[in-house]
Amino acid sequence: MFDNWHQVTIAIVLAPLIGSIIAGLFGSAIGRKAAHRVTILGVAIALSLSLALFNHIIFKDGESFNQSVYTWLVSDGVRFEVGFLIDQLTVMMMVVVTFVSLMVHIYTIGYMSHDEENWPEGSRAGTNSYQRFFSYISLFTFSMLMLVMSNNFMQLFFGWEAVGLVSYLLIGFWSVRESAVYANLKAFLVNRVGDFGFLLGIAAVLMYFNSLDYATVFENVELHKDLTIEIWPGEQWNLITVICILLFVGAMGKSAQVPLHIWLPDSMEGPTPISALIHAATMVTAGIFMVARMSPVYELSEVALSFIMVIGAITALFMGFLGLVQNDIKRVVAYSTLSQLGYMTVALGASAYSAAIFHLMTHAFFKALLFLAAGSVIIAMHHKQDMRDMGGLRKYMPITWITSLIGSLALIGAPGFAGFFSKDTIIEAVGDSHLPGSDFAYVAVLIGVFVTALYSFRMYFLVFHGKERMDEHTRSHLRETPWVVTLPLILLAIPSVVIGWLFVDTMAFGNFFGHAIYISEAHPAMAELSEAFHGPFTMVLHGLMTAPFWLALSGVATAYLLYMKWTHVPRLLLKWFRPLHTLLIEKYYFDQIFAGLFGGGSRLLGTGLWKGGDVMVIDGVMVNGSAKSVAWLSTVLRKIQTGMLFHYAFAMILGLLGLFALFVVQW
Amino acid sequence: MIALSDYLTVSALLFSISMAGIFINRKNIIILLMCVELMLLAVNINFIAFSHYLGDSAGQVFVFFILTVAAAEAAIGLAILVVLFRNRRTINVADLDSLKG
Repeated sequence: MFDNWHQVTIAIVLAPLIGSIIAGLFGSAIGRKAAHRVTILGVAIALSLSLALFNHIIFKDGESFNQSVYTWLVSDGVRFEVGFLIDQLTVMMMVVVTFVSLMVHIYTIGYMSHDEENWPEGSRAGTNSYQRFFSYISLFTFSMLMLVMSNNFMQLFFGWEAVGLVSYLLIGFWSVRESAVYANLKAFLVNRVGDFGFLLGIAAVLMYFNSLDYATVFENVELHKDLTIEIWPGEQWNLITVICILLFVGAMGKSAQVPLHIWLPDSMEGPTPISALIHAATMVTAGIFMVARMSPVYELSEVALSFIMVIGAITALFMGFLGLVQNDIKRVVAYSTLSQLGYMTVALGASAYSAAIFHLMTHAFFKALLFLAAGSVIIAMHHKQDMRDMGGLRKYMPITWITSLIGSLALIGAPGFAGFFSKDTIIEAVGDSHLPGSDFAYVAVLIGVFVTALYSFRMYFLVFHGKERMDEHTRSHLRETPWVVTLPLILLAIPSVVIGWLFVDTMAFGNFFGHAIYISEAHPAMAELSEAFHGPFTMVLHGLMTAPFWLALSGVATAYLLYMKWTHVPRLLLKWFRPLHTLLIEKYYFDQIFAGLFGGGSRLLGTGLWKGGDVMVIDGVMVNGSAKSVAWLSTVLRKIQTGMLFHYAFAMILGLLGLFALFVVQW
Repeated sequence: MIALSDYLTVSALLFSISMAGIFINRKNIIILLMCVELMLLAVNINFIAFSHYLGDSAGQVFVFFILTVAAAEAAIGLAILVVLFRNRRTINVADLDSLKG
């Protein structure tokens, strides 16, 4: 279709950036309509060109290409470049990012249409907030595309930080709310911790490979596989393991893995469209994408893979439990995001990169759908988010109801829905893995299936079924949201159903990713699964007989019994398991531990340096101390100045005698 | 024959007397001026004694200069003294302590 694909890739990246600049810098001049039109146009261009590129690479078997666009600087033989690596993995990510982004752009028109109500009267921060919001989400699309299309670590890091920045800006979008400002600061600080590890990992790559280019690094990685480095004296570490774990620390921050997950639930302070786009569908999967992209490196370190698997399993299981006790509709979805990210991470640890990426894609669709549906409910409920005040919304909001049901079914992995194919593949891959920790991970992901089904359908029943618990005023205003909100829901519900059927054979088991993902022969889990795979239909039939399906079914049944039939039981359970409930409500005390240990520790250090270093040493001794000692010296010295002539004369004579004495002694 | 050391002794004595005059006298500033003159004379004696002893007349030339300068200095000093007395109504050394810190 196009002759020059290189220019197409550049256009894909630049279209959202230009839209963002126009809406951001000239927002007040062009007004609200033009702002959303120009940004949607930019993202639509990016999506259609991405689809063309996807078609070219995947269906026409086009060559994947790796091209540098611009050399930023050359230093000591290392080139810092802006460049694009377009292969199967990249084009898939590009389509997912631009598609979800476009849906969210359209949805935002409806969600933010009355944004001025969210700002205090006459607030200057609130002027042009609508245009600013569109500018930010377009900027996010640009950053995310830069991240996934990068062909070197430098640009990866740029994208990594840029999406972090936009996330920060958007979590704190309603900057007049204290909780929002707290949440965005928290997200920023926790991500700094992860990025510190990430940056160290990139530095290690630069140090040993003397290049930041993916291709060069992947080519030479075999040569470095037995190299050890001494981090502290007497302790030898395998270089690849160190690099992998450091890079994964970055992924832990961005993809919210335990213990760096604490920012993601708080990020729900931001407007719902960005919760869907950034904190569910795309940005938080950057860590997963990064590890899959680095598969040639990760495959060489069993220790790192094992570490990844255990971290992912902990996240998948324990974050799911937290979803059970939340009452805020968005927080339930947020914890389910954490749990699903854990699943992807477990898959990475089991060397099932394709399954992880496949789950990333299906999750992007159904989680964006769930978030946007939650947002639609929130709009209808006049920005109330507590599920205990909802119920019975099914008959007021039919489209939201049916799309939510589809999203929930996809999330719990009901056979036939998108999530089924990806999650089942992950669970089986983990079961086939032989790394240390894989047994624990297998149990964790299996229990996770039950927990996922339980909290998803708890939310579903509480919101859409049962008694109508909202007040009269809200009920009288309940109605389906406008088409700009429901259209994205429908457009996202379609892939949530069909995407699994379409891509499971090629993407999860086939050769979809070609050379983009490398799996060592020492980790044959995916290869074994591929041999056992006989098409999506048999997989569904087989799925009906396996443990995950029955676990999911019992989760749904439990949710039905607890929240539809015996609604008094949850209260009884709460009474019996009060300490457990408190533990979950307090999120395992992670926040308190971090705030106490790191926050308190650094405040203690700061206070110590302030009181001890600044007030005492610098102010007390150095600044005031020198002034005081000069004053003291002068009070002493002025006593010598008696004004008496003979005293001066005496001093002169003393001096003379002194000189004489010196003279005599020297000779 | 009067030896060089005798001249030097006299000169040292004169210098010491004038120094003692400066310290001991706390009454009259005129005496201070006289003591300063006496010091210069003691120095002049040294110059002349060494000049004669070394056979070098440069020392005697210096003495002429010093005497001239001392005369001028005495004139200026006395003039300052007169002005001082007009202002302060005293030439008592102990009262003149405006330089006190």
